[in-house]
Amino acid sequence: MPEPVTIPELSNEDKERLAQVGMDLTKKNRCGTFLQMDQDIVQAECGETGIEVLSYKQAIEKYDWLKDYAWKNISKEKDDITRYVAAQNDPKGYVIIAHKGSSNVMPIQACLYLGKDKIQHVHNIIIAEEGAELHIISGCASGSHAGKGGAHYGISEFYIKKNAKISFTMIHNWSEDIEVYPRSASVVEENGVFLSNYVCMQPVKKIQMYPTATLVGANSVARFSSIVVSTPGSTMDLGSRAILEAPGASAELVTRAITKGGTIISRGHINGKVAGTRGHLECKGLILKDGVIYAIPEIEGSVVGTELSHEAAVGKLAKDEIEYLMSRGLDEDEATATIIRGFLDVKISGLPDALQKQIDASIDVAEKSGF
Amino acid sequence: MLQIKNLSVNVGDKEVLHDISLSIGEGETHVLLGPNGSGKTTLLMTIMGFSNYVITKGQILFKGEDVTKMHAHERAQRGIGMMFQRPPTISGLKLGKMLTAISRTKEENIPELAKTVHMDRFLERDINKGFSGGEIKRSEVLQLMLQNPDFVMLDEPESGVDLENISLIGTTIGGLLEKDKHIVNRKKSGLVITHTGYILDYIDADKGHVMCDGQIRCHGNPREILKEIKQRGYKECLECRNP
Repeated sequence: MPEPVTIPELSNEDKERLAQVGMDLTKKNRCGTFLQMDQDIVQAECGETGIEVLSYKQAIEKYDWLKDYAWKNISKEKDDITRYVAAQNDPKGYVIIAHKGSSNVMPIQACLYLGKDKIQHVHNIIIAEEGAELHIISGCASGSHAGKGGAHYGISEFYIKKNAKISFTMIHNWSEDIEVYPRSASVVEENGVFLSNYVCMQPVKKIQMYPTATLVGANSVARFSSIVVSTPGSTMDLGSRAILEAPGASAELVTRAITKGGTIISRGHINGKVAGTRGHLECKGLILKDGVIYAIPEIEGSVVGTELSHEAAVGKLAKDEIEYLMSRGLDEDEATATIIRGFLDVKISGLPDALQKQIDASIDVAEKSGF
Repeated sequence: MLQIKNLSVNVGDKEVLHDISLSIGEGETHVLLGPNGSGKTTLLMTIMGFSNYVITKGQILFKGEDVTKMHAHERAQRGIGMMFQRPPTISGLKLGKMLTAISRTKEENIPELAKTVHMDRFLERDINKGFSGGEIKRSEVLQLMLQNPDFVMLDEPESGVDLENISLIGTTIGGLLEKDKHIVNRKKSGLVITHTGYILDYIDADKGHVMCDGQIRCHGNPREILKEIKQRGYKECLECRNP
């Protein structure tokens, strides 16, 4: 078992940055914690019965069967990022296992903090065994002193077994000189539910990710929700994909994207491979200042009996909406912020209150700085 | 309360209102009648301060202050309020959030207030999205209840509303206009656009005006004007035909 370690002293500014991505340093509202700073595993512990939070290395040593999960969902040869992580002799990252029937009310927090290293690499495996329910908040941030550039390479493999559920809420707070390359895939079995939420309201040099959920079990569900703001100099190439391979499987991919001068490429792909499947893809974009929102929704059906739909809209704030609120006494800035706040207000069904509040809090921070 | 002096208004390149003058005293409620497209809504939107309605001539005075060049929120903050006929749908913005924003620091119990106009179940709905005619009006009147304006403009408050809702909306509007108070103690004023006149059963209007082709052509007792229009139509309005 890992030795419990205290979170080291951080500057108040960095503590604030961690708090903004959902890291509860008091740990009062979290049932477990994983903290990796650069390549150092600072903490990996969980107090919830039936749920383990381990460093990747510890987990591989403890459970021989984990080799049946590692790199099974994502190919080592997928791209330069996967090859780089796969080539590491000392793999980092975490493994979270919710054993059969276990569940956590308070979420587990997993924090990946990039301070001085050039590249932070992690390989995460998250498993919810049959009937388990697992809620995780993953906060990724760079130090306020970073300033020299850096990159985060993250491999995440999710396994949601029969009747199990995972909600994974990822909040990013990088900086203008950081590049981020998550590579993520999940497999959802019969009646399994996978909720993946992504929030990034702060600058980042570049982020590129296209997580994929493969729904192999009957009546399995995947929901991806992304709320992103792109500032000048940021390029965000984001997407999510759901492959519906079993009857009754359904997927929903929802994105709210705002550019304040940066570039957002919002991809989405639902592939209905068998009858009795449903999927909906929705991307709404707001251009507040000249930037780019490039929405690429793809729906692909190859059999009778798959129902897929998409809607994508990119535009500016409507003047009549702003003036409507102004006629109620709100000034133009208040009216604008209220409408943007509404635009970003994606309520995710099945998400615990604590996590929804954390998403709302991230938007609050952006709202206070005028979006 | 409100004085409009020789007001001309452009929408785009076209002059839509021509040399309008109107005065509404404290505690008075006036009714604005006129055929579709005559400029009634334009007048209300101009008084509210919507930017598409450009004042090219004239003045709007509210409580003695010149508000002609003020933005909509400045007018609202001074006590002008409006019930829209077709308010926009704002995707994602919940009615409850909108009401909270309107109420600002006021200690209002929004759910309780919403119950009085049967809108408590709508607080978590996107504002106006999929609302029926009656629901839109009830949402509008609820917002006005929080705003509590001194001068209330109502753009066809009964349009698209069933009889049961007209009673509820009419009574609530009557409350906004302090119709329950003795005429001497009444401080709130109103300007109401109506085609059917059903709303007159609840608001006890003082004066009526008929607008044709962007001009106010005649004034008088609102019920008498309405009766005349119902019998003869606007085409028969002599002053309308021969201004």
